[in-house]
Amino acid sequence: MSLNVNELTVYYRSLRGDVKAVDGATFEIADGEIMGLAGESGCGKSTLGKSLIRMDARMRYISGHVELDGVELPVWDDSKMNAFRFEKVSIVPQYALSALNPTRRIGTMAKELLASRHVELDIVLPELKRRLELVGLSENVLHRFPIELSGGMKQRVVMVISSLLNPSLLIADEVTSALDVSTQRAVAELLVEFRDREFVKSTIVITHDLSVLYQIADTILVMYAGKLAEKARADEIINSPEHPYTKLLLSSLPEVGVRFAERRLNGIPGRPPSLLEPPAGCRFRARCPFAFEKCAETPPFARVEPDRFAACWKVPPC
Amino acid sequence: MLEGAPVLKLDTCCKSYRVGAFGGGELLAVHDVSFEVARGEVVALIGESGSGKSTIGKMILRLLSTTRGSIMFDGVDLSTLSGRKLKEYYGDVQGVFQDPFSSYNPIFKTDHVFKMLRHEYFSGLTAPEWQTKLERSLEVVSLDPGEVLDKYPHQLSGGQLQRMLIARALLLDIRLLVADEIISMLDASTRIDVLNLLGDLKARGLGILFITHDLNLGNYISDRTMILWRGNVVEMGATERVFGNPLHPYTKNLLASVPQLHSKWEDVQEEALPSSGGRLVQVEEGHFVASLSSNGKVC
Repeated sequence: MSLNVNELTVYYRSLRGDVKAVDGATFEIADGEIMGLAGESGCGKSTLGKSLIRMDARMRYISGHVELDGVELPVWDDSKMNAFRFEKVSIVPQYALSALNPTRRIGTMAKELLASRHVELDIVLPELKRRLELVGLSENVLHRFPIELSGGMKQRVVMVISSLLNPSLLIADEVTSALDVSTQRAVAELLVEFRDREFVKSTIVITHDLSVLYQIADTILVMYAGKLAEKARADEIINSPEHPYTKLLLSSLPEVGVRFAERRLNGIPGRPPSLLEPPAGCRFRARCPFAFEKCAETPPFARVEPDRFAACWKVPPC
Repeated sequence: MLEGAPVLKLDTCCKSYRVGAFGGGELLAVHDVSFEVARGEVVALIGESGSGKSTIGKMILRLLSTTRGSIMFDGVDLSTLSGRKLKEYYGDVQGVFQDPFSSYNPIFKTDHVFKMLRHEYFSGLTAPEWQTKLERSLEVVSLDPGEVLDKYPHQLSGGQLQRMLIARALLLDIRLLVADEIISMLDASTRIDVLNLLGDLKARGLGILFITHDLNLGNYISDRTMILWRGNVVEMGATERVFGNPLHPYTKNLLASVPQLHSKWEDVQEEALPSSGGRLVQVEEGHFVASLSSNGKVC
């Protein structure tokens, strides 16, 4: 197993108490697996992704363990994690378009980043150029300032630099969201290409867009209000979802061919609970049409089929 | 007014921006765009960033002037409006924009946007009359007045704020709504509710210009679709024809790139794009495609 996350719980500090953004996350990612992490805004998907590489000052580690390639990641210790960042775990941040330093040329920035890991730019330069060419950029971009590049180009530059040291785990946070459809497709397909060429071992792709995940991900993990809801193969999640939240979410997405005049889609009534004091039991209970008495107890994120997990009392465990 | 009669009519509209250090350069953001929006019709304006779609919306709302061409509303040229006439125009046409959070002043409670409207347009109404009108309008967009009034913007969700802005536009009994990317910032489970609301408003006779970059949303709600590319309309027609039988290479590329839920991206050869958009030619009834000068496949 490449990545093994066990009961990871991360809260945010706030003046009004703890925001329970990630609560008891347990999952595994195999070598070479691209796992999509999906959910609505505020469900904790970015928090989960970030906590695997760097917790910011507001985040508070509560409990849980993370193991990468058999080595425990000290996610609770900011300075000890430094040894793993960039080389073992790397991230393409949510605001990759503004992640580049505007006062540095791309090449200078890459050099400084590598120097922080005691790697000489000259040693990896041929590989860097080869990868830039692979993503359709000329090596001239190394002499450019970020402002001279388009959104899609910047996104590709960040992806190449982030994965330059062949990390075991790459976390791609909303990498396609700010891009136009044709650029979005090109960037999404690069994530698959990077995996196929073994630049990265496993990838977590965080997005709210399930249709992009269906195109590129091997498995999809759906989160709701800080809890894991369902994990399964991408085609199973899309074609035969088990968890009521996944079912309702998918049925509310318009596709080409579905028209208002012919078939009216419905949203999910209500809104996600506040994570300051989430309700006991299943957090989707208030909006779930299938809820019954047992839902007052928290359902476990249990294996329901050999490769499938769901947190719902209505889905029988195997 | 008769069903199907055009409310809004754009005739060879152009907009150019001055660019460069001293404004010496010229960027043609919108080039010879002509279309109509009828009563009870949803027209989708689809394009990527920089295609000029928001510029068109802003010109219709008179937030930008037109460089050439004319925009007619009910047969009156917009550029001639000023003062009282312009205020009357805004009683008929309103816009709602992408980011609901930046449409509200965070210092004031959300009622502030309604108060300004009352001050400008409904100063004759008594407080209870106004309250009834306001509550009725909020109910149309399926909001509970007790839940959303007397609150600060940060206490409400994006979907609620966006629906309040639509309710505000409806208070004026408008006939045309310019909806510029109003769904993009909303979450998947609530965006469909706002889309359905547009569908219900259309049934009540409202004309809607639905500006979006998301083809799935445009396809779901619109009667007619216009595909905009670099300021030119490259394909236009009934939605099912444009999506079912795309003819312009740009439309084809766009449709091939849209991520779908139940089909995977195919390895399609990207079709070569012409250097610029051509004149619109009718290929079947009510389906227009920009003619291609290089290979002329379409005409």
